[in-house]
Amino acid sequence: MKYLSEYRDAGVARGLIARVRARATRPWVLMEVCGGQTHTIVKQGLLELLDGAVEMIHGPGCPVCVTPLEQIDKALRLAADPRVIFTSFGDMLRVPGSECDLLQVRARGGEVRVVYSPLDALELAVRHPDRQVVFFAVGFETTAPANAMAVWRARELGVGNFSILVSHVTVPPAMTALLSASDNRVQGFLAAGHVCTVMGWTEYEPIAARYRVPIVVTGFEPVDILEGIWMAVCQLEEGRHEVENQYVRSVRREGTVPARDLVSKVFQLVDRKWRGIGEIPQSGLGLREEFADFDAEYRFGLTAIQVEESPECRAGDVLRGQLKPFQCPAFGERCTPDHPLGAPMVSSEGACAAYHNYGRFRQARPAEV
Amino acid sequence: MAKRAVAPAPLTCPVPSIASDRVQLGHGSGGKMSAALLRERFLPHLGNPVLARLGDAAVVTIAGCEIAISTDTFVVSPLEFPGGNIGSLAVHGTLNDVAMMGARPLYLTAGFVLEEGLPFDLLDRVVRAMAASASAAGVPLVTGDTKVVERGKADGLFVNTTGVGLLDDAFRPGPDRARAGDAVLVSGPIGRHGMAIMAAREGIAFESQIESDSAALVPLVERLRLSLGREVHCLRDPTRGGMASALNEIAAASRVGMQLEEAALPVPADVGAACEMLGLDPLYVANEGVLVAFVPEALAPAALASLRSHPLGESAVQVGRVVADHPNLVVLRTAIGGTRIVDLLPGDQLPRIC
Repeated sequence: MKYLSEYRDAGVARGLIARVRARATRPWVLMEVCGGQTHTIVKQGLLELLDGAVEMIHGPGCPVCVTPLEQIDKALRLAADPRVIFTSFGDMLRVPGSECDLLQVRARGGEVRVVYSPLDALELAVRHPDRQVVFFAVGFETTAPANAMAVWRARELGVGNFSILVSHVTVPPAMTALLSASDNRVQGFLAAGHVCTVMGWTEYEPIAARYRVPIVVTGFEPVDILEGIWMAVCQLEEGRHEVENQYVRSVRREGTVPARDLVSKVFQLVDRKWRGIGEIPQSGLGLREEFADFDAEYRFGLTAIQVEESPECRAGDVLRGQLKPFQCPAFGERCTPDHPLGAPMVSSEGACAAYHNYGRFRQARPAEV
Repeated sequence: MAKRAVAPAPLTCPVPSIASDRVQLGHGSGGKMSAALLRERFLPHLGNPVLARLGDAAVVTIAGCEIAISTDTFVVSPLEFPGGNIGSLAVHGTLNDVAMMGARPLYLTAGFVLEEGLPFDLLDRVVRAMAASASAAGVPLVTGDTKVVERGKADGLFVNTTGVGLLDDAFRPGPDRARAGDAVLVSGPIGRHGMAIMAAREGIAFESQIESDSAALVPLVERLRLSLGREVHCLRDPTRGGMASALNEIAAASRVGMQLEEAALPVPADVGAACEMLGLDPLYVANEGVLVAFVPEALAPAALASLRSHPLGESAVQVGRVVADHPNLVVLRTAIGGTRIVDLLPGDQLPRIC
């Protein structure tokens, strides 16, 4: 597999780890923005290999984790509606709403289907003109173009029984929110390669300059991540704060212009709640007025639904690296992977779940000798 | 031992199983929900000392003979897939469950739920495949039952099979017999059955030639019996829930830890690529013709040699070892040298968004 196996080469990866460890004169605190990057870091066990040289804080870039309770509850309402075929990416099915999840709605007779693309959902709508097909449009800028395309095509084809439940979020406002907190610990970012494939990196240039943080656009394979870390550590050691691009095989500075154009034709910036963090102004994408017909919230009268997150959850503090998960009073007691109060406990890519399992691992070990 | 500042984490999202008042598909996944279903809904009413062992098959004594009995119900969609159909699968699955207890399968029974409208030519192909699989294993199907239900009340055809086999005193693999110092061996490439089904299933547009590995493992077990006998501590065919679930169950039953080597896992390139595209982990994908064996590490070369002497086991390898550390946890060492926990899934494996 060209463009894949070479980025998983264990020898190259170990070499990069050694270089990072040799170069770091102090432990640096970096945040990987994207859940896909966290996935690789956890899958490859990179944290322990970097321990002492680089501390990675897992960013808010897991779309499953940050989708707010309110949008999940709306999804559950739609899925239970007998008129509706509710379609979604697979891993949203198990995310808990206030009372249940999509899998349980399906067990009670709701029609919930896993699709790999919103265009598959559109096709389903064409095949079932007697039903309403709703797609759960979650994710960052990466999934926005395909969702925009589905809505655009639906309008072109005059498909009246297709709509999307939008819960799109965008990366730069979240980074700004983290950096502007007075107690911020993050010293550099690995920006999300796929988001930047669509959007480019011009939006990050003012952030790097204003907050004096290195931002390295980084891919998702282990060698990508380690090279991104290496580039960020070099900047920190040299006192630089620039936007650099590690993911050159995919990302250009201006991004993918036709995709960006389509996204901005269909979507506009809106205020958006993030699970466990709260509302961040202008941090989400919503359908433009002219596409309101394809907005499931309007079509099914869901706009009035408002759900509060658990006030016990201190995910915001954890995501800023201010609070270690085990310092949270709810940790391991009222908040566990089987019953999470907030985003970082929902996915094992989240910091709280990772620490929860760390504790389990330590407990399972015999006494240290 | 030096204290580790950073410990491995599991890769999968341990997202909640909120208490439910009805059956969900995840209850059939072979993961935590399946275990809870059994523990909460069945065992309180049906529990007895034989059932309580929860092996692949029950062990009972009849007229002084120890017998293994296993039953399994097959509900696969599509009914025919590359490498087999529901008939061959139903025979192989039950023969394998009996064989994993160390028993020699003797007889099979079969029950069929047929849906009104099922084409006879399809039914004929299924029954012919059953006959061929049973006769290849030398195990006759001695009694059966058929029921027909209205159109829409079954997905074409459901098959139940039961197998009985004779146990051998000198060959007693069991899920609770894995010991620190055992080698973990796997008889062949993993993930093929699950990905063949996924690829064949309507709705997932994925071009693939992946064939199911569905096969009777009886000859492999027979070779292990002859070469190592009692030294085979544990055998398991990692079907639904895949290798990860099977190893977790054994770790729990034997109260041991396991360390796997990622680089040693026999994931075929096409299975790896398909998993990559679909956002799945091959460790959790079903196998129907692969066995995992636990033997003392010193005997691993002999066990591998006997497995490799049969075509089904020609690519048998050691993938890890049993350790005294971290009991109940299966840990994987990555090619780069990091580690992560290979956990039991809560329910079905769900494709990841990113």
